[in-house]
Amino acid sequence: MFIDWQAFWLTLRLAVIVAALLLVIGLPVAYWIAFSRWRWKFLVEAVVALPIVLPPTVLGFYLLVALGPHSPLGRWWISLTGHTLAFTFTGLVLGSILYSLPFAVQPFAAAFAGVDRKLIAASSTLGASPLKTFFRVIVPLSKPGLITGLALTFAHTMGEFGVVLMVGGNIPGVTRTVSIEIYDQVQASNYASANATALLLLVICFAMLAIVYGLNRRSWLMVPLHGPK
Amino acid sequence: MTLFILRLPITMVLIAVSLGGSVATAADEKGSKEITVAAAADMSVALKEIAANYEKQTGVQVKLSFAASGALTQQIQNGAPFDAFFSADMDYPRRLIAAGDADGATLYRYAVGTLVLWAPSDSPLDPEHQEIKTLLAPSVKKIAIANPQHAPYGRAAEAALKHFGIYEQVQGRLVIGENVSQAAQFVESGNAQVGFIALAHAVPLAMRGEGKFWKVPADAYPALDQGVVVITRSQHKREAAAFVDYIKTKEAADILRRYGFSVPQERKSRQDLCSSTGKHSG
Repeated sequence: MFIDWQAFWLTLRLAVIVAALLLVIGLPVAYWIAFSRWRWKFLVEAVVALPIVLPPTVLGFYLLVALGPHSPLGRWWISLTGHTLAFTFTGLVLGSILYSLPFAVQPFAAAFAGVDRKLIAASSTLGASPLKTFFRVIVPLSKPGLITGLALTFAHTMGEFGVVLMVGGNIPGVTRTVSIEIYDQVQASNYASANATALLLLVICFAMLAIVYGLNRRSWLMVPLHGPK
Repeated sequence: MTLFILRLPITMVLIAVSLGGSVATAADEKGSKEITVAAAADMSVALKEIAANYEKQTGVQVKLSFAASGALTQQIQNGAPFDAFFSADMDYPRRLIAAGDADGATLYRYAVGTLVLWAPSDSPLDPEHQEIKTLLAPSVKKIAIANPQHAPYGRAAEAALKHFGIYEQVQGRLVIGENVSQAAQFVESGNAQVGFIALAHAVPLAMRGEGKFWKVPADAYPALDQGVVVITRSQHKREAAAFVDYIKTKEAADILRRYGFSVPQERKSRQDLCSSTGKHSG
């Protein structure tokens, strides 16, 4: 029996980095979706939701071909960094950000939209800038939604498989994530190793999610079934 | 509103059933027999052509599923509904036979695969002349191989690298495709600069004027003897055995040869086939 700890740490690192970056990217996008009155906003919402519907193979294919050395974009990236996005940790981070985007933006946006508009109006009437209102009023009131978004992003990246299989190249310590490791063990009929790794992943993921939801317990309405009161 | 909520799932199920139903009826109306064949990734071009010919001649539809031989073996062990299995080696079929998942009497060595080192046409690399030294060029950042854990071509590539004594030197630059097709696709898309792929993939690419390659000498890796077996659990054993017999004909062998496979021995006419089955399993 064999557990690939390197793959575990790699996957954990990937999930933490992606969750952090999606917090930074997701907040402004979600803010815009929640408060913009642009008539074509629904198109942006559809684009953000695309990764939920599209198979990871589509994203993997585009990363491999549209960002490969045969495309202008890919050549620009290579001239910048000296290597392709495929087969690199950066490539996995980029792929995971795209793939997990809706899992951050949608809970964020739902939380923002649930904030009582009167409080936002009061804040600006009292002279707070929109940025100050955002960080002092909207974000604290949206905390459960933000935590949910982060937890989902983290979990989704931990469990990501298709994109990594297509663009990762299975390099130990660089792109061999736990899901790929388990897949390889199963394909090679090493069920004992696959079992140990899978069980460990299951326990870790459950523990992490339990901690997050436990912390969130007091404001349990993550999906506002009855809407904000 | 409540009624709508209740009706919605029922309507959705009805739609799903009608969609599935229409597909099934279309297949039934043809009244044609059908077998499902699992095949090693290196067979993906040749076997499609062979199956198409076979369908034309017999009316039996051959559904093909390509993956790494090890992956397919694992699927068959877990009950995948395949009727026959074309492996890229002899070990996986033997493993299935030993476990009772495949019929030992049907094992047959239908082809021998060849490993090539491949680079795109527009590459500055020249595997045809630089041979194994191609891999040592500084412009080679990534070398694609199939996964040695479950793909025979990956094992062959690893063996070749060790044979030439450069495995340690290039190990850090290897990128691993799930099977030999994905390894080929890593190089074709330009994401890896060179790769060890199947001659059976290099040949159709060359027909389109794509790529340059070097055939890795046969003494550099264990022979890629490829075996086929009929699966024990198959519901269409007779049809599957008939298709395996067709692989033994000169007609099928010609196609295999055209795609760069060597075919082990002189083929018999279709009548003599039954007696030759299983003879060349060693």
